[in-house]
Amino acid sequence: MNAITTTRRGMLALCVGAGTGLVLGFRVLEAAAKDAVPAAASAEFNPFVSIDGTGKVTVIVKHLDKGQGVATGLATLVAEELNARPDQIVVEFAPSDSRYKNLLFGMQGTGGSTSMANSFDQYREAGAAARQMLTQAAAASWKVPAAEVKIEAGELRHASGKRAGLGEFAAAAGKLPVPSPVVVKKPEDWIYIGKSFPRVDVRSKSEGSVNLFAMDLHMDDMLVAVTARPPKWGAKLRGFDAAAAKAAPGVVGVIEVPQGAVVLARTTWQAIKGRELLKLDWDESGAELRSTDAIFAEYRALADKPGVTVRNTGNGAKGIEGAAKIVEATYEFPYLAHAPMEPINITILYDGKSAQFWTGSQFQGVDHGVASQVLGLPPEKIAIHTMWAGGSFGRRAIYNAHYFAEASAIAKAWGKPQPIKLVYTREDDIKGGYYRPAFLHKARVGLDKDGNILGWEHRIVGQSILKGTPFEAMAVKNGIDDTSIEGVSDMKYANAGMQVDLHTTDVKVPVLWWRSVGHTHTGYVMETMIDELATAAGIDPVEYRLRLMKDDPRKVAVLKLAAEKAGWSKPAPEGRYRGIAVHHSFGSYVAEVAEVSVKAGKIRVEKVVCAVDCGIAINPDNIAAQMEGGIGYGLGAILHDAITLKDGAVEQANFDGYKSLRITEMPVIEVHVVPSTEKPTGVGEPGLPPIGPAVANAVFKATGKRVRELPLARSGLV
Amino acid sequence: MVALDLFGDLMIELNINGTARSVDADPSTPLLWALRDTLKMTGTKFGCGIAQCGACTVLVDGIAVRSCQQPIEGLVGSEITTIEGASGKVAEALHAAWVEHQVPQCGYCQSGQIMSATALLTDTPKPTDADIDAAMQGNICRCATYVRIRAAIHTASEKLGAA
Repeated sequence: MNAITTTRRGMLALCVGAGTGLVLGFRVLEAAAKDAVPAAASAEFNPFVSIDGTGKVTVIVKHLDKGQGVATGLATLVAEELNARPDQIVVEFAPSDSRYKNLLFGMQGTGGSTSMANSFDQYREAGAAARQMLTQAAAASWKVPAAEVKIEAGELRHASGKRAGLGEFAAAAGKLPVPSPVVVKKPEDWIYIGKSFPRVDVRSKSEGSVNLFAMDLHMDDMLVAVTARPPKWGAKLRGFDAAAAKAAPGVVGVIEVPQGAVVLARTTWQAIKGRELLKLDWDESGAELRSTDAIFAEYRALADKPGVTVRNTGNGAKGIEGAAKIVEATYEFPYLAHAPMEPINITILYDGKSAQFWTGSQFQGVDHGVASQVLGLPPEKIAIHTMWAGGSFGRRAIYNAHYFAEASAIAKAWGKPQPIKLVYTREDDIKGGYYRPAFLHKARVGLDKDGNILGWEHRIVGQSILKGTPFEAMAVKNGIDDTSIEGVSDMKYANAGMQVDLHTTDVKVPVLWWRSVGHTHTGYVMETMIDELATAAGIDPVEYRLRLMKDDPRKVAVLKLAAEKAGWSKPAPEGRYRGIAVHHSFGSYVAEVAEVSVKAGKIRVEKVVCAVDCGIAINPDNIAAQMEGGIGYGLGAILHDAITLKDGAVEQANFDGYKSLRITEMPVIEVHVVPSTEKPTGVGEPGLPPIGPAVANAVFKATGKRVRELPLARSGLV
Repeated sequence: MVALDLFGDLMIELNINGTARSVDADPSTPLLWALRDTLKMTGTKFGCGIAQCGACTVLVDGIAVRSCQQPIEGLVGSEITTIEGASGKVAEALHAAWVEHQVPQCGYCQSGQIMSATALLTDTPKPTDADIDAAMQGNICRCATYVRIRAAIHTASEKLGAA
């Protein structure tokens, strides 16, 4: 339970109990000290809501919006409690400040599809508190009981016919004590939640997104920096000759920082051209020099040996011996780059005493600390201005804040108080690491003659994302990184017995969470294995799953809904083949039916029917958009993508070698949202895990081939 | 067309969105960077720099081109239209359809999408799905808003046809 209580006049404590134990204290600003101009008066009701004299409601968004729609989502919650009109609402990103913690992380940050889940009560309560203060202020002025004053269509109203805009009473309301208790609306009174509140950012993003993205910032006297970073991980800059670069047009300096050699120029193009003229000497003695082929050969060898036990339940793998049928499969998943459309960039303004940053910051809590450390400044001398981000897919949620560190190092080394925009080119992005780790899975399952699972042995080999990072204590237990095994370790299919073990490998390639993290590979393995087992048992894959997951009603419901909507019980249309998968991740349940066709040995995904249960559907249209996006993003990767190394160097550089899904490959998508009264959970990631296995299962139907090495392009299927 | 600035450096004169603009940049500079860094017109986005993603799409004499591959010296005398100058019936219909279908997610590619769609609907007022695929396949959207892009182009086409 959350409760907002007034501790003393002007002070408000939001106590978040149960689990987090966080107590956030904040001051309600005395509104409009300059009462002389009431029309312009503005009141900050709490850290999340302020209302100005015109009735404009500003929602302070504590999360990064990288396309997933959280700014709209949080605006919806406040608008809901205020009965505000959509056109009254504007959003602003919060400063980097502990008041804006993600209540599930304990620090300010966005990720793990937690944004709406952790904010659902907080932002409704913020809006409700403002509503109660406004109605009280109006009631006092109108000399009527506060309970009789309502806000409707963004206007204060009383049955007597009195009406006023929110702005008229904003300043007075802001001076009132914060109400106790704060009462949020009942679900039956909701006017926006569940009804697809319009996105706050659509118009501006369709008209050129002026001043939304950090990449587009220009400031007086700004320099653009590009960095020549090591061509292999672990290589060190031994020396460089910058004479030609320094003589290039627009180049104002070349400096060295721990991350590499940096060209500073007046424009981005001049910086890029200047960097091409650097003569760089790299010491590769400590570098990663293996090719991905060699790395996978090592992984295959490891898969033959037991690793660290992750799960040993029931009879473990014992039931496999003496099984009527044994199904065995080995899977290989490549490194994947996130490749958000807006390449990484960050602008810093540092004057020796303080620093400001502008970027699509996703982990403000980490970014702030790293900047403070590198610059040697106290945290209060650092400000982060979070901008709209041109995609992330995990890339900006970076545990070591490496681009904050690099920008800080550059600004410090340059030493002049002028803004510097550090820009990654697409090549810097694709070759820059922080990939979804490569993984190998080996599974062996024994069935009885009726297809019942007697034992399941499962070995996972790959790098840990979080080992050696500040998040290690949180997610790595007994040497087991939960992000390596999630989706397998918690699977509920093998009740008779399951043994899972893990080899955590040592490769110098930096790795990171990539939209849906471990589920990107574990979901694929589980849901294609189940399909193989159903085939081995001669049972329909939907029927087979239903037998195995009787105690998982929400999963059952999405599976049934997707199957029904896709017409699973009827034959697929002529020339089409269907596959199905269902997966639970980030608190949500998603099932997908993929329909593929085959022409001259090449497959095409024609249609995907998706069913999702993410608890209360705050914005059904945005849920559909996130499912479409998760499906498209995942599909591009499983069809085309792999980051490969040749003697330690990344072989891909841009969208020619690292392909993205294009409109020509986008299937028709139908999304069905399961009505629910459960707490809202995530939608950014959970749409992704089922698409790979659903397609692979359809490919099996179509071609008889089991795709166990990704991407599909590796098997010549696309 | 080509003029000298106060210091005797070459200035390239371009016709951008119907206005003559003097660009103080090396003649080999790609239009993308002249727009973004010299003229501070940042609606045209940098996504790949090698004509693979389409984020930098502008119209040159009505044809959708990737501005990252167009040195400004080759554009003297051409009519250049960027997202900032995307106006008129087709662009307005597209903007309205983009809102109706709630197309953008991160939005970074959408300037380029709108410019490619503008060229498509100007030449082909009633596009089929295949026409849309052909015209839009050069524009990557990593958020995969493609289903909505396709629907929005059809909607804009219908509105234009009905008007």
